[in-house]
Amino acid sequence: MTFLLTEDQEMLRDTAMAFARDELPVTHLRQLRDSGANGKDPATRQKLAELGFFGVIVPEEPGGEHFGLVGLGQILEAQGRTLAATPLLQTALIGASAIQLGGTPAQQAEWLPKIAGGDVTFALALDESAHFNPLNVATEAERNGQGYTINGEKRYVPDGHHADMLIVVARTFGEAGDRHGLSLFLVPADAKGVSIQELKTADSHGAAHITFTDVMVGEGALIGAADEGADVLEPVLDRAAIGQAAEMLGSAQAAFDMTLEYLQSRKQFGQLIGSFQSLQHRAAKMFTELEMTRSCVAAALSAVDEGKTNVAELASLAKAKASELVHLVSNECVQMHGGIGMTDVADPGLYMKRARAQEAMYGSASWHRDRYAKLNGY
Amino acid sequence: MADTAVDELETFRAETRAWLEENCPPSMRTPMKDDEIVWGGKREKFKNPESKVWLERMASKGWTAPQWPKKYGGGGLSPAEARVLQQEMSRIKARQPLFSFGLWMFGPALLEFGNEEQKQRFIPDIVHGRTRWCQGYSEPGAGSDLADLQTRCEDKGDHYLINGQKVWTSYADKADWIFCLVRTDTSVKHEGISFILFDMESEGVEARPILLISGESPFCETFFTDVKVPKDQLVGEVNGGWQIAKRLLQFERSSISAGGFGGTGGSGIMGPEDYAKQHIGTDSDGRLLDGDLRGRITDHKMYAKAFSLTVQRQAEQAKAGQAVSHTASILKYGAAKMNQDRHELLIEALGTEGLGWEGEGFDPTAKKVTRQWLRSKGNSIEGGTSEINLNVISKRVLGLKDHK
Repeated sequence: MTFLLTEDQEMLRDTAMAFARDELPVTHLRQLRDSGANGKDPATRQKLAELGFFGVIVPEEPGGEHFGLVGLGQILEAQGRTLAATPLLQTALIGASAIQLGGTPAQQAEWLPKIAGGDVTFALALDESAHFNPLNVATEAERNGQGYTINGEKRYVPDGHHADMLIVVARTFGEAGDRHGLSLFLVPADAKGVSIQELKTADSHGAAHITFTDVMVGEGALIGAADEGADVLEPVLDRAAIGQAAEMLGSAQAAFDMTLEYLQSRKQFGQLIGSFQSLQHRAAKMFTELEMTRSCVAAALSAVDEGKTNVAELASLAKAKASELVHLVSNECVQMHGGIGMTDVADPGLYMKRARAQEAMYGSASWHRDRYAKLNGY
Repeated sequence: MADTAVDELETFRAETRAWLEENCPPSMRTPMKDDEIVWGGKREKFKNPESKVWLERMASKGWTAPQWPKKYGGGGLSPAEARVLQQEMSRIKARQPLFSFGLWMFGPALLEFGNEEQKQRFIPDIVHGRTRWCQGYSEPGAGSDLADLQTRCEDKGDHYLINGQKVWTSYADKADWIFCLVRTDTSVKHEGISFILFDMESEGVEARPILLISGESPFCETFFTDVKVPKDQLVGEVNGGWQIAKRLLQFERSSISAGGFGGTGGSGIMGPEDYAKQHIGTDSDGRLLDGDLRGRITDHKMYAKAFSLTVQRQAEQAKAGQAVSHTASILKYGAAKMNQDRHELLIEALGTEGLGWEGEGFDPTAKKVTRQWLRSKGNSIEGGTSEINLNVISKRVLGLKDHK
């Protein structure tokens, strides 16, 4: 395992940091919120495509060079810093990974170049309740003559309100809770019978509840083997959790930097508040947690690229640590800013709201702690 | 790395492997027993005779101090070669031949600040484990505020005269020599401190062991009454000792966080989850029945994993020449928390099995946990308290200012 970036990955990181800072600052999210765009941002999608960010884990030639998940992690971290709402996690990470891990050669030839070019965006339609529980799928896909008929309801699908294609996790066998019997389907968002209810969410990124009523798809829509969708879904979800953790690390870092700056500029009792030991110690503890979480995220990203066998364990570690971190830091950010931290005009509250959405995706801290314990045999 | 360098390293590996195979006695390839740790010095008994052979052989190659210069008896190895040696020793599960404050703390500082004569005189005896050193830092009135130390050192023309008291002097009752912080100027604080070395058998030195809550006595109170010290045993400049003291503390914090001393680790103690499974039990899915304890054990295990990944990451960055600022304080803080949390969980998982003190009726390993649990409370106090470490992080790393 390596914690060091290659020269190419360093350059990608620098580009992503500069892009987030210059083109996607927090004020950009505010504009999207206040204009009612609700996370829909075609202009940014276009710029991301021009930068090549959609194809970071997709080699130009099959088996060719690419930046890897480590590279994509740098971009997600950069975007986490400014709370940017972009389709990268859903499309460049989840969509590309699902097609790479489960797609037939024909599906890969069709979709990967489109993903890399930014010509298509994806959203993973998985959860059916308020808590992440990937096997708890009741949405049915029933065989018909030419393919499958899908019926069911998905809740809080990130990017579901603007993605072109949906990856729908449905049940072709068994009952909710069974691992066997899950299948993954590619469904165009505008297919007949797909009904999308756009959600206004606290983090201003938006999401959608999606209902499937007699949605017909062909055999070619199936990703991976029928009934064995979990074999594709689980590694995709591990990668998604790691990518989400990278984004959370960026958010926590930015909230921490903002807090530190405030501690070094705000005066009370004739003193910089950063000279008070109770605040210094809390800042120092946050910094320690930040550095430790950074190690976990880096290890998890690189474990995927190196094909390590402990990816699931490291994914749970990274996601749980990042969750704890981002709540700690965003809450301290509000507290240490005092009254100004409670106002809408200041940024701390935006980080706190986004942190809750980040935690809910791909397993909360307690979900991952439970899995970590299971993987460690207790 | 150039191919020739790679070849040379592989040649070194082959030679090292062959030498270890030939020279590491069989019992030195078994897990260390607590009472067979070799601390060296005049009073070392070598309970296991093979540990004496092993130390002598390793010291003859300078491999007790692999990266120290050859001219002082060290191994003269490059960092890459030292790693190979470490890997080859781990491969055959070879014991560390010598535990020593001289190796971990004093030696590195003396190599940096000592004069040629001092290095020639003291370093080889550290490498060979012939002199056991102790550390005279803390005083009854100078703990976290170490620079407030009052032990007086007066210039008497042809010698120095030392009067005062140290406390928490690790193994002062077993050490041959002491490296000691003393006050040579009472009109200033940090600028009035000197770093001096003397024989613990000097007239006027007395060490009294302190009985701790763990029932053990690894520390002493040490008294100095009119102790005469030759002038060539002062290291660096008169009143220039604080720089040396701080540098040495960095070595100390690094070796504490690297698990160098404190608990001796291993010793057959299992993880808290293992004791919890044994004493509390699991459900049909293999989950611990106490869900709350299970969650807290997981928190701890994740912290420990994140900590070890951070040690690895910082080592890689340092190797690549990237700046790693004030790593030692971050790791010292984290190591103390981790070790204390671990022992709280161990004692909790053991239940009444963890309450044994001595005699029959308790598992011997569990009794060891009990003692180590109490010993671990010192981790956030010794070598700079956790609060002092947080001060260091907030001031030196984060750049937060002092109160005006």
